[in-house]
Amino acid sequence: MAKKVLIADDEPSIVTALEFLLQRAGYESRVARNGDEALKAIEADPPDLVLLDVMMPAVSGYEVCKRIRERAEWSGIKVVMLSAKGRDAEVAKGIAMGADLYVTKPFSTRELMQQITTLLGG
Amino acid sequence: MLQGPVIILAAFAYLGVLFAIAYYADKRADAGRPVIANAYVYSLSLAVYATAWTFYGSVGRAASDGIGFLPIYIGPTLMIALWWVVMRKILRISKQNRITSLADFIASRYGKSALLGGIVTVIAVIGILPYISLQLKAISTSYSILVQYPAIVMPHALDAAPLRHDTALWVALILAAFTIAFGTRHLDAAEHHQGMVAAIAFESLVKLVAFLAVGAFVTYGMYNGVGELFARAAADPKLHAMMTPLEGFGGGYASWVWLTILSMLAIMFLPRQFQVAVIENLDEKHLNKAVWFFPLYMLAINLFVLPIAFGGLLRFPGGTVDGDTFVLTLPMAEKQEALALLVFIGGLSAATGMVIVETIALSTMVCNDLVMPVLLRMRSLRLNAQPDLTRLLLGIRRGAIVTILLLGYLYFKLAGEAYALVSIGLISFAAVAQFAPVVFGGIFWKGGTRSGAIAGLAAGFAVWFYTLLLPALARSGWLPIGLLEQGPGGIALLKPLALFGLSGLDQITHAMIWSMLANIGAYVGVSLAATPGVDEHRQASLFVDVFRQGGGASGARFWRGTASARELHNLLARFLGAAAADEALRDYAGARGQRWPQDALEADAELVHYVETQLAGAIGAASARVMVASVAKEEALSIEELRGVLDEASQVVMYSHRLEQKSRELEAATQELRAANERLKELDRLKDDFVSTVSHELRTPLTAIRAFTQILLEHPDVDLAQRRNFLGIITRESERLTRLINQVLDLSKLESGKAEWRESELDMRELVRDAVAGMSQVFQEQGIDVAVELPAAVPRVRADVDRIVQVVVNLLSNATKFCQPGKGRITVAVRDDRGALRVEVRDNGPGIDPADQALIFDKFRQAGDTLTAKPQGSGLGLHISRQIVEHFGGRMWVESAIGEGATFAFTIPHG
Repeated sequence: MAKKVLIADDEPSIVTALEFLLQRAGYESRVARNGDEALKAIEADPPDLVLLDVMMPAVSGYEVCKRIRERAEWSGIKVVMLSAKGRDAEVAKGIAMGADLYVTKPFSTRELMQQITTLLGG
Repeated sequence: MLQGPVIILAAFAYLGVLFAIAYYADKRADAGRPVIANAYVYSLSLAVYATAWTFYGSVGRAASDGIGFLPIYIGPTLMIALWWVVMRKILRISKQNRITSLADFIASRYGKSALLGGIVTVIAVIGILPYISLQLKAISTSYSILVQYPAIVMPHALDAAPLRHDTALWVALILAAFTIAFGTRHLDAAEHHQGMVAAIAFESLVKLVAFLAVGAFVTYGMYNGVGELFARAAADPKLHAMMTPLEGFGGGYASWVWLTILSMLAIMFLPRQFQVAVIENLDEKHLNKAVWFFPLYMLAINLFVLPIAFGGLLRFPGGTVDGDTFVLTLPMAEKQEALALLVFIGGLSAATGMVIVETIALSTMVCNDLVMPVLLRMRSLRLNAQPDLTRLLLGIRRGAIVTILLLGYLYFKLAGEAYALVSIGLISFAAVAQFAPVVFGGIFWKGGTRSGAIAGLAAGFAVWFYTLLLPALARSGWLPIGLLEQGPGGIALLKPLALFGLSGLDQITHAMIWSMLANIGAYVGVSLAATPGVDEHRQASLFVDVFRQGGGASGARFWRGTASARELHNLLARFLGAAAADEALRDYAGARGQRWPQDALEADAELVHYVETQLAGAIGAASARVMVASVAKEEALSIEELRGVLDEASQVVMYSHRLEQKSRELEAATQELRAANERLKELDRLKDDFVSTVSHELRTPLTAIRAFTQILLEHPDVDLAQRRNFLGIITRESERLTRLINQVLDLSKLESGKAEWRESELDMRELVRDAVAGMSQVFQEQGIDVAVELPAAVPRVRADVDRIVQVVVNLLSNATKFCQPGKGRITVAVRDDRGALRVEVRDNGPGIDPADQALIFDKFRQAGDTLTAKPQGSGLGLHISRQIVEHFGGRMWVESAIGEGATFAFTIPHG
């Protein structure tokens, strides 16, 4: 059974890139364009991993992460945060929110895919 | 010739003359031209010190003790030297505080204590009684002797006992009447009795003349001058012994010293001396003459004492004739009737002088310091309600005069026979000497307290009574003589004449030592033990520092209270009489340039003080204080205290004002600082936001570029279509990035004011046409219809062409973004609009929510449906456009409704 990954980002080009990469890696991917959509998608069909852009309108990535972690049945979902902000404070905040990984943009595609593979257990 | 009636007539004639003089002087005083405002009169009045004691008694003393009579006159002479220090201070104090008597002085010093005043009065009256009885004795004795002329018979040899006693009583009564007539015709606020003073000065002359006359007679008439007289005396062994001073009497040296001291104190503290020297003094400068005149008088009146004494002893050997009577009996023996009568008159003069002044002084004290305080405190008498108390006061004084004289007569009957005249007098001296510690302490030592004064006086008086008065009574048979010989209850140590074993001294010395010891000891001891009250302290300062203060005004206290001038007037009238009260207030008003009663006088501290001092003259300081306080509710602070408090208060106020000011300034500054800080923080935040947003905006396309570049590198097996897609994305994102960077830089320049503006005249129509043409390819690609509406002619405006183009292009590209591909329709219109050119760009897109319409002009804000794809663009375009338009004085805005497209418009004002 292929691992399911949810992409939550409002930037189309990045979404395209991530979709391609995930597909190539053999994961099933879905796209949500904002926090609200993301939460609904998770509700409908919990993925194994969520790629979460922090800077999203309305509900931010932090908020989504927090919500995910609030639910016990979703404790298995891995959360990877993507953000243009790279300061220590932001990273710490992300980890505190419960993210498994915090990646700053621009990122290395190879590294990102490696991390995802590790998180999803090969 | 020297018959009873003649003598009596002569006596009355003399008294008549005295009265006339007094009357005349009083009239002159009322008219404001006092007779006695004369230093010589003042000095002569001081000679009231020489009484019948001097006149008769000195010779008697000299006859028994030789030169031993002298200390009593050396004392005052010495005292004069000290007067300059002591008397001047006392004078100044008394004037400033309107002192009316010795008791008033002492009471005033120790906190205006009525109790103390009463004690002093009692001591004075009891102490002076022997002295008064002495005068009575002298007059009656001299009359008795004279009336026997030409026989010389001593009074005690006469068996007409009742007659003799009757004489004294008559004398007492006549003198009482005379004194009342002299001194109590009206009340004077200052207790001045100018008539009395004039009469006293006159009688001082009379007694001096008489004495000198008899002295001259004895020395040159009976013998041939001093030389012969003394030679004769030296020839007599008994008389010779008397000429050596130290064997004058028992006790020798000690006695001389103590007698001198005693008389030094007497010249100050005998009530009559205090009265004439201090109370009656009109001018401090008179003191200067008195300082040498008085000793001169003393010298003159003592000049012939020894000669007369020796003459008498020689003339009357065998001791049958009393030495006290020599001045009279010698002329009598020599058949000099006129001289004898003159001597009698002289003696009468000396005695009456003393009695009048002493009794007036004592009655004043009794009235002011003994009776009035008690009566005022007795509410049952309702004295406060009486409008006129002058009659009462005069009545009290007259009663006092009669009582004192009768008491003097009583003493004369009880104890007058036991002693010679001099000894009686010394007992009185010792009594008034008890006042010395409290007075000297009072004017030099601020630490003297009221309780100390009371203790000292009580102790001294008690000892005096025990060691002097008691023995006199015992010796006269009124108390068991065993008291003297064995002591009370047989206790030898308490023998009145040899207390605690101190024997070998004469009675006076013994009494003085013990009484002074007790007095001073108690005074100092109790004063040191207790703390004085506020009143006492203030009075102490007033007295001790009298020369340091600036005159009478500084004695005024600050005063808070309520009283009206009318109430105060009524108070004065009650005690001084309406006329005197009116006059007093007239004077007061006059000094202020006002008139009384026409002008309303302000009942302030000064008026109250003035009224109080006037009143003190009539009823004493202590009672005056009570009366004034009862009229006005008051609290008193001294000027010094108040000044101190005010100074402190004003300093505190000033300081707190400054503090307030400073703190206000500080607050204002803090507010400003806080506001500035807020602004800075805001700016900082904005900057942070901006930087963070820009950073984010830059990183986003970079992320895409990097991602796809990496993908293409690592996945060479991507098919061609996808490859082209990805490369396209890379390109697009690169452009986006470039655009963003440019815009950010542009914005930065615009905002910092460093942008370069190239102004020129531009034709808007041409500009719009060019802009539209430049975007034609985009329009074609998107399938958007563009319509351009331009008027025939538009006025030229001045602006930067490139910038305006930038604005128009920005609006057009926004419009294209919001148009649906294939169905888009854009209209560009230029219009002249009231002083400005208007350019509009309309699209048929989804429209903009009114809520967003203001936001979209902000930096990085973009409108758009969140569910649809994120719009392209940086979010800075509109912001920059608006900045540009506003730079040229125009405006930019949007009109839109959901579903009805949007119209962006801007204006550029005409040049």
